[in-house]
Amino acid sequence: MKSTQRKLLTIITEAALEGSLENDLEKLGAKGYTILDARGSGHNGLRSANWDATKNIRIEVICSEELSGKVINHLKDVYYDNYAMILFVSEVEVLRPEKF
Amino acid sequence: MGAPTWASVGSMIDPIILFFVLGLAAGLLRTPLRLPPAIYDLLSILLLLAIGLKGGVELHGQDFLPLVPQIVGVGLLGFILPFIFYPVLKYLGKLKKADAASIAAHYGSVSVGTFAVALGYLEARKIPFEEHVPLFVVILEIPAIIVGILLAKGLSKNTNWKLVFQEVFFGKSIVLLVGGLAIAWIVGSEGLKPLSPLFFDLFKGVLALFLLEMGLVVSKQLSSLRKYGVFLVVFAVCAPIVGSLFGIVLGGWLGLSIGGTTILATLAASGSYIAVPAAVRISIPEANPTLSLTASLGVTFPFNVVVGIPFYYYLTVLYFG
Repeated sequence: MKSTQRKLLTIITEAALEGSLENDLEKLGAKGYTILDARGSGHNGLRSANWDATKNIRIEVICSEELSGKVINHLKDVYYDNYAMILFVSEVEVLRPEKF
Repeated sequence: MGAPTWASVGSMIDPIILFFVLGLAAGLLRTPLRLPPAIYDLLSILLLLAIGLKGGVELHGQDFLPLVPQIVGVGLLGFILPFIFYPVLKYLGKLKKADAASIAAHYGSVSVGTFAVALGYLEARKIPFEEHVPLFVVILEIPAIIVGILLAKGLSKNTNWKLVFQEVFFGKSIVLLVGGLAIAWIVGSEGLKPLSPLFFDLFKGVLALFLLEMGLVVSKQLSSLRKYGVFLVVFAVCAPIVGSLFGIVLGGWLGLSIGGTTILATLAASGSYIAVPAAVRISIPEANPTLSLTASLGVTFPFNVVVGIPFYYYLTVLYFG
């Protein structure tokens, strides 16, 4: 079985940003992404998700190293100052590289 | 008539308010109680549609033209209110520009939950009001958000107005209110009869459950109150009273009934905690969302629901002589 290396970019942030981030990802050229509702606790206190304003989302994007760099720089420039946002990158192996 | 008995005091209190108090108490006592988010969503959808439908029934077969002055007047109120609150927040409260603009937007806009409680208050006392008042909710919800963003940023190129308009005009509350109004306007009260068990007969029950959840949510906000100090609390109590005075005077000018004016006063007094926070979060990112939400949800909402609405009714009766 032949597999190819890709980057998995995971973003955990405020649900209010869902629309803007979808726009951004499409514009930057991501071929797909997955959005999940998320709960948890961190720098901004408990995000319990029992109220619109405390809802979090987790976005996962599998993409090339080049695109992940572009997305990271964009998110850092636009959102880091004013929004709760966690971002990390991991290595994944995919079977159909043309999809990502 | 002797001294008021428990029974006579009890019968004066709206039971739905007690559900709010119950939620508040349960939250403060850390009772592991919480409506599942999907149920909360359903309750708010039912409330919004029911309010829209109620208003639309009255508009069915009514001439639209006489409503134009009311629509213009109420729209203007939405534009004016943020301009009154903004300087107070900025210069008296010494808040940052973004925070002052964000809070001004919250208080210029409306809270549908508060509106529903005001409807319940008047209906329980058989006080008549213009049934098309839900139209006012739709009109008042929008302008303050736009004024707030302009106050924070001016006509900055950085604002993604497309996203803002999407959020403001096609947000859940506007679409459901207008949708309900339109459906009832098209079919009239006869056509709505098969639906009335769900939307009208259950209205009070749905509102009670909604307020129970609101009580729980508000109890979570109270802990952040201490962080932001006295000014915010004082503002969150005074702003609704000032707003209500504008509503009462406008209601008098527009020739509304006492009931209708009480509703308009309540709307002018209420602060948004659903539509505006979402729109402001994306368009004024540097504003602290906890600040505005603590004020409008933690202080103003309970204030309006428990003492504000009867007080605005009292003021309206005084003003109308």
